[in-house]
Amino acid sequence: MKEYDVIVVGTGHAGCESALAAARMGFRTLALTVDLDNIGLMPCNPAIGGPAKSHIVREIDALGGEMAKNIDKSCIQIRMLNTSKGPAVHALRAQADKKTYSLEMKKVLEGQDNLDIRQGMVVELIVEDSIVTGVRIKTGVTFKAKKVILTTGTFLKGEIIIGDVRYSSGPHNQFPSNALSDNLEELGFDLKRFKTGTPPRVDKRTIDFSKLEIQPGTIDSIAFSFNNEDIDNKLEQRDCWMVYTNDKTHKSILENLHRSPMYSGDIKGEGARYCPSIETKVDRFPHKNRHKIFVEPEGEYIYEMYLSGFSTSLPVDVQVEMLRTLDGFEEAEIIRPAYAIEYDSIDPMLLKPSLETKSIKNLYTAGQINGTSGYEEAGAQGLMAGINAALSLKGEDPLVLKRSEAYIGVLIDDLVTKGTEEPYRMLTSRAEHRLILRQDNADLRLTPIGYKVGLISKERYESFIEKKEAIEEEIKRLESIEVFPTDDKVQEVLRNFNSSELNNKDTLARLIKRPELDYHSLKEIDSNRPDLPYNVREEVEIQIKYEGYIKKQEKLIDKQKEIEDKKIPEEVDYNDIDSLRLEAKEKLNKVRPISLGQASRISGVSPADISVLTIYLKSLEREGED
Amino acid sequence: MYKRDTIAAISTAVGDGGIGIIRVSGSEAIEIVDLLFKGKEENKLINSTSYKAHYGHIVERESGKIIDEVITLVMKAPKTYTTEDVVEINCHGGIVVLQKILNLVLKAGVRLAEPGEFTKRAFLNGRIDLAQAEAITDLIRSKTEAGLEVALKQLEGSLSNKINDIRQDIVSLLAHLEATIDFPDDEVEEFDPNQLDTRIGGIINKVEDLIKTSNRGKILKEGIKAAIIGKPNVGKSSLLNALLREKRAIVTDIPGTTRDIIEEVINIDGIPVKIIDTAGIRETEDVVEKVGVEKSEDLLKEADLILLVLDASQAISEEELDIVKKANDKDIILVINKVDLKEEIELGDIELILDSKDIVKTAAIDNEGIDKLEDTISSLIFRGDISSNSDTLISNIRHKNALDRAYGRLLDVQKTFQMGLPNDFITIDLRAALESIGEITGDTIGEDIIDQIFADFCLGK
Repeated sequence: MKEYDVIVVGTGHAGCESALAAARMGFRTLALTVDLDNIGLMPCNPAIGGPAKSHIVREIDALGGEMAKNIDKSCIQIRMLNTSKGPAVHALRAQADKKTYSLEMKKVLEGQDNLDIRQGMVVELIVEDSIVTGVRIKTGVTFKAKKVILTTGTFLKGEIIIGDVRYSSGPHNQFPSNALSDNLEELGFDLKRFKTGTPPRVDKRTIDFSKLEIQPGTIDSIAFSFNNEDIDNKLEQRDCWMVYTNDKTHKSILENLHRSPMYSGDIKGEGARYCPSIETKVDRFPHKNRHKIFVEPEGEYIYEMYLSGFSTSLPVDVQVEMLRTLDGFEEAEIIRPAYAIEYDSIDPMLLKPSLETKSIKNLYTAGQINGTSGYEEAGAQGLMAGINAALSLKGEDPLVLKRSEAYIGVLIDDLVTKGTEEPYRMLTSRAEHRLILRQDNADLRLTPIGYKVGLISKERYESFIEKKEAIEEEIKRLESIEVFPTDDKVQEVLRNFNSSELNNKDTLARLIKRPELDYHSLKEIDSNRPDLPYNVREEVEIQIKYEGYIKKQEKLIDKQKEIEDKKIPEEVDYNDIDSLRLEAKEKLNKVRPISLGQASRISGVSPADISVLTIYLKSLEREGED
Repeated sequence: MYKRDTIAAISTAVGDGGIGIIRVSGSEAIEIVDLLFKGKEENKLINSTSYKAHYGHIVERESGKIIDEVITLVMKAPKTYTTEDVVEINCHGGIVVLQKILNLVLKAGVRLAEPGEFTKRAFLNGRIDLAQAEAITDLIRSKTEAGLEVALKQLEGSLSNKINDIRQDIVSLLAHLEATIDFPDDEVEEFDPNQLDTRIGGIINKVEDLIKTSNRGKILKEGIKAAIIGKPNVGKSSLLNALLREKRAIVTDIPGTTRDIIEEVINIDGIPVKIIDTAGIRETEDVVEKVGVEKSEDLLKEADLILLVLDASQAISEEELDIVKKANDKDIILVINKVDLKEEIELGDIELILDSKDIVKTAAIDNEGIDKLEDTISSLIFRGDISSNSDTLISNIRHKNALDRAYGRLLDVQKTFQMGLPNDFITIDLRAALESIGEITGDTIGEDIIDQIFADFCLGK
C-alpha cells in the first residue's frame, strides 16, 4: 500500500486545483477520480468568468492556480463585460471548448511531478481518533495519507430528475457516490440537500441560425492569466447567438407546470435563486413577456449547443415542445435533455477558515460539497484547501485571505461564518471593498502571497515586480509633469475633449482625474511618455483616476484592521465569558472564529459582545505577561 | 498599538448641576477641538502643555456664533485616562448646550463613543488594572443593552416608519444598481440618468426633512415621559397648568372635560420632561371620551413616570386602586391634590400595594406644592430611578449623528453622479449611507440587498 502526503478525492475544478497546489508545494499527492476521462469536466455551462467569477479566476492565477491558464488554452470566445460600469466590476468571460478544457487540464495533472492520478470511487474515509489517515475505494484498496481533501461536487447521493423520472446518478450520468455520503453522516457531518440544474443540449445542425441574433466575441487579445498577457488566443474564435422565448413558449410551460417536479414537490433540495429554471422564471415573473436565451457552442468537435437560460426539470416531451416554439428551433432536436440534480453537501460552518473540518483533523473539503455553485468558486476553494493542507504539513500557519484582500477571502469567510441556505454563488455585491478587489489588480494583491507559499515561480515573481515598479514610476512621472494655461497645445487638447481650459497650472495626473479625459487622451501633451504595455497603462489610469474613491475604501479597511488582525486563540471557551449573551456564546462556540473580525460577522453576535470579547482577549494576554 | 479613531461623549451626568463636560479622546482630539475653541490669547491648544486649562469660547465654525463660554483641559498622551490625547470641554451644564457642543465636535469628524468606550480604551491601553476587566465588560453590556432598549422604544411610531422608508429606498436603489452590475446579460433595465438623479434626490430630500425635524427638537426633545393620571375632576389639568404656569388645558369642574390628550414639555433641571394629561381612566358610555380613555391606558404603558392624582377631599375609590395596580411597575408619584379642601383621604390601602413612597401634597389651583413636586421628579430622575433619561438623550444624539453622516454620504453620491462616474462609484457611498441608517435601526448590510435583487428582478440562467 502506497502512502501519500495528500489525497484529493475528485478531479473537478476544486480537485484539480487542490492536487496541483499540494504537489507543486512539494508533497506526494494522489488524485482519485471516478472517471479518468472526466478530469476538469464542465458539466454545466461552457463558460468561465463573468462578474465576480472572473475576479476569482484571476485571483486563482495570481496565487499560482491553474484555472486561468487552462481557460486561456481552450477559449473560443472572450468578452469583457460591464465596461461602462466602473473598473471594479469589469468582468472577463470566456466560452470554453469543453473537451479541450478537460483534456488540457488532464495533461497538466499528468505532467505534474509528485502527483499520481488513479481511477477509483472512494467509499470510506479511514478515521482514527477523529484524525483521518486515508481512504478506501470500492475495490477494497486503501490508500494512506496525512491529509485528505474531499472535492465531491454533486456526486454525493446524486440524483437526476427529469419530469417524473428520477434516478441515482452523478453529474452527466456518471456513477454517484452513495457510500461516502453515508460514511460522512456516520462521522457526524450535518448534510444538506441542494439542487441544481442544467438546460438541454441541442443538435446544432437542427437550428436555423439565420433567425437568431448573433453575438460575436471581441477581437481584443485579452486573457485570463497574468502569465498570458502577451499571447493571442490559441483557438479560433466562435460566435454565440441569442434567442427569446415568446407567448407560445410560455403557454407551453404554464400548461405543463403541474408536471414539473419543482412544483409537484418531488424536488426537496434547495435550489439557487440566481439559477432559476425557465418554468420558475415564467411563473414568478408573469409580466415579462419574453426571456433571453443564449445559444452557446459546447466545443469545436461536437454538435452540442448549450441553451443558457433554458434550464428545466420538465419531462422530455415538454422540453421538446417548448424548445420548438423558439424562433429558429422549429425543427430542433435535443441531444441531451435538461435535468435537475440533487446532491448532499455539508454545512460549511463545520469548517475552519483553512477549509479543514473542525471535527476531523487533517480532513479538508472544497467546492460544491461546501454548498457552493460554480466552477470558479470550486476552483478557488480547491486551491486554498490544497495550499492549507501543504502549509500544515510544513508546520506553518494556514493561509486565510481577508475580505479586503480577495474575493476568495469573502467567499470562504461567508461560508464558514454564515453558512448558506442555497448553493452559494459569488456576486460582486457580496464584497464590501469591491473597488479594491478589482480583476485588473488581482496580481498586485496576491502574487506576493502566491510567491511566498511557493506556487509562483521566481521568474514570474520578478516580472511581476517589474510591472509593479513600472506602474509606480509612471504614476509618479504623471504627478510630476506640470501643464500651464499659457501652453496653447494643452488648451487645444482640452477643448477637443470638451474639457474646461486651464486657469492655473496643473499636473497631468490631475487632468487624468477629469471624467472626460483619460491616459490615452493626454498623449499629445505628454511628449516624454514611455512605451508601456496595456496592463501597466490600464493600472496607471485606474489608480490615478479613482484615487479618491480608492483611498476612501482603504480608510474603511484600515478602520477594521484592528479587529481583523486580532486573533482568537483556538482553546477559548466562550461559556467562560460571563458577560456574553447566551445567543452569542452558542454562535461563537459553533463557528469558533479565528479573529475578532470574523466573530463580528456572525449573526447574533452584537457589537457589545465584540467589546466584551476584546476585553476578555486583552485580559488573557495580560495574564500571560504577568 | 493601533491608531484608534477619535471619540467623544458627554461625560457628566446629564442635567447635574451647573457644569457639564464633553470628553474627546484619540490622536486627533486636540486638533479637532482647536477647530471649535477660541481661546483668549488666540493660542492654539495644540501648543498647550499637558494638564493645562484654557479659558475661551466654543464657536460654531460656519456662522462664527459663540455657543458657550468654556474651559478646556488639554491632557496629552500617555498620561491620561485613556492614555491617548484627551481634551475635556467644561461648559455650562444645560442639556441644550452640551448637546450642541457635542454635535459640533462630532461634525468636525469625531465618532460618538460607544457606551463604556473610554474605559474600554483605558483598559486596552494598559491603563486599568486587570482585576477590573470583568467590571468593564459588565458595564459595557448593561449600558449597551439599556441604550438599545431605549433606542428601539424611540423608534416605534412615525420616526421608525420614516427611517425604514428611507432605508427601503436605498436598498431598492442599490439592488437595482447591483443587479445591472452582477447580471449584465439579463434584461435588467439600465438606469437612464434622469431617473437615477430623481431617485437619489428623492432620498436626499427625505433625509433632509428628517434632519430638519430633529433640529427643531422633535427627536432631541424626547426626554422622559410623565403621564398625569387620575379620576375625572381630581385636578389633573390644574396640575398641568400649574406645572406649565400657563393656562392651556380647559379646567372645569365637569368630569371628563379633557377629552384630548395634552402634551407639554417642561424643563426640570435641564431635563426635558414631557407631561401628558389624560382623560380620566374609567368606564364610560360617552363615545367621544372613550377614545381618550383607551388612549390613557396606552399611555400608562408608555410613560416612564406616572403622576397619579388623588382628590384629598374624597375617599380612595376602587378605580384608583385599579390604576395603581395597573401602573405598579412604573415610577409613581402620588399627588394628593386639593389639600386646601377638607382631607378625607386614607392612604393606607394604596400604600399596601404601592412600592414607591413618593407622595406630594398639592393645591394645584393655587400653585401650592408644585415646587415640591418638581423636586421630587428631579430627584427621581437623578437618583437613577428613571433610568431611561440619559440613555434616551444619548441615543437621540446617536440617531441625529447617524442621520447627518448618511446625509453627507448621499451628497457624495449625488456628486459622484453629477461628475458622470460609472454606476459602481455610486454604490460605494450609497452603501455607506445605508450603513449609517443601519446604525439607527440596528440593521447591518447583508443578504437584504441580495434578497431584494432576486425579489425585484428575473435573473440568472
